Amino acid sequence: MPTIELTCISCPLGCPLKVETDQDGKVLGVTGNTCKRGEDYGRKEVSAPTRTVTSTVKILGAAAPVIAVRTKTDIPKNKIFACMDEIRKACVKAPIHIGDVILADIAGTGVPLVATANAEKSA
Amino acid sequence: MTYDVIIIGGGPAGLAAAVSARENGAQDILILEREKELGGILNQCIHNGFGLHTFQEELTGPEYAARFIDQVRERNIPYLLSTTVIGLTQSEEGVQVTAVSRENGLMVYSAKAAVLAMGCRERPRGALNIPGTRPAGIFSAGTAQRLVNLEGYLPGREVVILGSGDIGLIMARRMTLEGAKVKCVAEIQPFSGGLKRNIVQCLDDYGIPLKLSHTVVDIRGKERVEGVTIAQVDEHFKPIPGTEEDYACDTLLLSVGLIPENELSREIGVELSPVTNGPKVNESLETNIPGVFACGNVLHVHDLVDYVSEEAAQAGKNAAKYSANAPARGEEIPVETDGAVRYTVPSRICPQRMEEDLVLRFRVGKNMRNAYVCVAVDGKQVLRRKRPVMAPGEMEQVKLKKEDLQGAKSIRVCTEEA
Amino acid sequence: MKQYDMIVVGAGVIGSAAARELSRYQGSLAVLEKNSDVCEGTSKANSAIIHAGFDAEPGTWKAKMNVQGNQMLDQLSEELDIPFRRCGALVVCLNEEDMPKLEELYQRGLKNGVEGLSLLSREEAVKREPNLTDQVCGALLAETSGIVCPFEMTLGLAESAAINGAKFYFETPVTSLEKIEEGWLIHTPKEDFTAKTVVNAAGVHSDELHNMVSEKKLKLAVRKGEYCLLDKAAGSHVRHTVFQLPGKYGKGVLVSPTVHGNLLLGPTAVDLEDRENVQTTAGGLAEVLEKSALGVKNIPTRQVITSFTGLRAHELGDDFVLEEAAEGFFDAAGIESPGLSSAPAIGKYLAEKIAEKLGLEKKTDFNPIRKGTPRLREMSREKRKEMISRNPSYGNIICRCEEISEGEILDAIHGVLGAKTLDGVKRRTRAGMGRCQSGFCSPRVMDLLSKELSLDLREIRKNQKGSEIVLERTRGGEKA
Repeated sequence: MPTIELTCISCPLGCPLKVETDQDGKVLGVTGNTCKRGEDYGRKEVSAPTRTVTSTVKILGAAAPVIAVRTKTDIPKNKIFACMDEIRKACVKAPIHIGDVILADIAGTGVPLVATANAEKSA
Repeated sequence: MTYDVIIIGGGPAGLAAAVSARENGAQDILILEREKELGGILNQCIHNGFGLHTFQEELTGPEYAARFIDQVRERNIPYLLSTTVIGLTQSEEGVQVTAVSRENGLMVYSAKAAVLAMGCRERPRGALNIPGTRPAGIFSAGTAQRLVNLEGYLPGREVVILGSGDIGLIMARRMTLEGAKVKCVAEIQPFSGGLKRNIVQCLDDYGIPLKLSHTVVDIRGKERVEGVTIAQVDEHFKPIPGTEEDYACDTLLLSVGLIPENELSREIGVELSPVTNGPKVNESLETNIPGVFACGNVLHVHDLVDYVSEEAAQAGKNAAKYSANAPARGEEIPVETDGAVRYTVPSRICPQRMEEDLVLRFRVGKNMRNAYVCVAVDGKQVLRRKRPVMAPGEMEQVKLKKEDLQGAKSIRVCTEEA
Repeated sequence: MKQYDMIVVGAGVIGSAAARELSRYQGSLAVLEKNSDVCEGTSKANSAIIHAGFDAEPGTWKAKMNVQGNQMLDQLSEELDIPFRRCGALVVCLNEEDMPKLEELYQRGLKNGVEGLSLLSREEAVKREPNLTDQVCGALLAETSGIVCPFEMTLGLAESAAINGAKFYFETPVTSLEKIEEGWLIHTPKEDFTAKTVVNAAGVHSDELHNMVSEKKLKLAVRKGEYCLLDKAAGSHVRHTVFQLPGKYGKGVLVSPTVHGNLLLGPTAVDLEDRENVQTTAGGLAEVLEKSALGVKNIPTRQVITSFTGLRAHELGDDFVLEEAAEGFFDAAGIESPGLSSAPAIGKYLAEKIAEKLGLEKKTDFNPIRKGTPRLREMSREKRKEMISRNPSYGNIICRCEEISEGEILDAIHGVLGAKTLDGVKRRTRAGMGRCQSGFCSPRVMDLLSKELSLDLREIRKNQKGSEIVLERTRGGEKA
């Protein structure tokens, strides 16, 4: 029975996880976690790992040249760089507020890119 | 006028202290912030991972800050931006704060109580005495973070990072996402100073090697960094000859520690701890100067902002109480440390004045597995808690009970190996 | 082609001192500097000491110029608004056997005409300087020894020259010289210059310049010295500059307060092949810490905030070379310690020689006064308040560690010889010189430089060409 050792990244505790799978990679169990989220992370990480991407996009009409953004939820790990390509091309106009949708569906993930900071129109 | 509470710093600590001071009855509060916006360093920490404890959801730095800024605004707590405090002294009313700004010029403010919430700064290259040339391209990780996240500029394309503190790890990922090549992260200690999750999601995810027990022994390049040499170190942190490796790079980022910013504390006569470089405080987070409280990274460097907010709320509450009715100081017993415990905050406790529960925060000096944290009062153990993992990069805490401390002459916090 | 009566090559402390003294006379004057600012070579990284003058062999240029230069400093610091303090020096003897050498040094000082010298017993020395080690068995006190900021001294001299008509050309390295009828034709990559007289103040490159015009070849050995600078919290660890008497333990290093309140340790002395090699080394820095502990105890070495390397041009005859090497070509070569102390006297000497040669009269309208950028942190609260009310940008603090305001940085950028780089701002205002070593303020100073000089942020440099700070925008397009 293959066992995969992971460090949980769901919270800052960083619990050491052991994920047991069968020969086909099907998860049989997760140990070492101290909460439910740890188990979820262990299961997902060995089958379809995901990450939240945070970055900045260009903004016009604000005091700063860029504004902070994030994927609203986590996206498949293998889409991170495709996601960055779209972030690099995006451009918004001030004002922008926390939670405003910047891109409705980033890199075909179905997840929106949202603003995580406020930028008012500069005088 | 005399303010009830003046708060120096409008970052996470100052904001939480202000909200809590108001909740606990302080009417006239003033926050003095040197930046153009409230929020402090969180504004440039655009990555997620903040707020799980406080809000049960994972926020980015600016989002976390915004929650507290909203609370300050809802309560109409006044604040002054772009205002730098240049002097802090004791006065008949309590404390006198001298500040300068473009709008108000040089102003003197009086307050019954003050909360120190100035945060910390990064250790520079000089503090490490790294040999080599002094070209452009050497940045502290936080400076690079500001340039990338707020100013929209890339400081380098080929990067080596010295130090595996959280900012260094976060910047390894950030620079990678922006198209730079991060060649390695070198850490002089045999363990990382950052959170484990950051090693996984910032280094491992992108195949960036973490070289423990390694340091930079030479920097090359006249105008711009052209390369660095990294070598392994022995147990005394001395480079081992023959282990040198050259890395071609145009940028060296330093994430080699944070130092609490205590110039003002020193000026007013606050006693500092040589371990934390922050004020020594009692159970009320009050310094040796009556009415002067401290919280957040100016007190000791935290790993999570959630704990900063928690601690700051306590300091704000105590400052509010003090401003209403300065309580007499009872006898304070020092908290002794042993085992791997490097320090504790608070470092003195007055059992009469403490609340029912008191959170004692500390850090350990080495990695430990399945060890115990023990607290003894007058030689008698009152608490023994198992910790699966303890690491120097992470803050620990235990809760002390008032009933356990009554009549105590000594308190001792230690770790016991498994 | 630009024509001048007098050209000075090099805008270090010697070139700047020469330019200021020359600017007292009628006639056109220019300074050519290969770097982008004044004080970029030997002058910027040294012990920052105005020596009393007891060290040099009597009768040498070094002895004569040092003693004269030292005496000129009070007036100069007054006129040029540069920080200078006569803190005094102690040369400590670490070994009984070496005590006669201390007496020798004292006698040499008397011969050189140094005032304020006295020999101290161990007890007397420790009374003055409680942190001397137990090894110290006696000391020579030199009351006239002082400390100065080498950068501000150089900038003050240069700006004074500029106020009185000298024209400065930066990033203008001299590549060759030709003798012509009117004097000299000077080639630079940008343009050519002619001058009736040339002053060679090219620092570690002064032999190269000399050898372009003279058959009598000059060869300089370049030595480097490493230093450690400690936090202001350690600044009062000693009150005097503490030298070690050369002896059983070698040449020793000095421990000195700086005029800005830090503590300075160093230098080492290593001969170099590469004349621009300003690397620090692990061994050198360890040597500085180890040797400084011989004379002064309990130095808080954990408080080191930066280390640096200085270069000095050592002439094999062990003296300054001050002479007319060719018709109208005046050397100020091989200027090593005590060069900073001697600079005002060297400048005066050369200017007098040149004025005599060209038959120049003194100007009637020479203005000896130059104001530096204001230092708000050093002002009283009342004065500071008044300054801010007159110019609100003095209230906007940019550098937290040294408490330097936007106004002071703007003054530095728009000064007579204004700052163009981060290092230029740092040396003029001290923004970025504090504990965090520019971590917080550098992006803000870059913004100010970019705005005031109408440069893109990517063009802002640390110092020379090629030292740009940021490489590209993360997101295309212009800042809105």
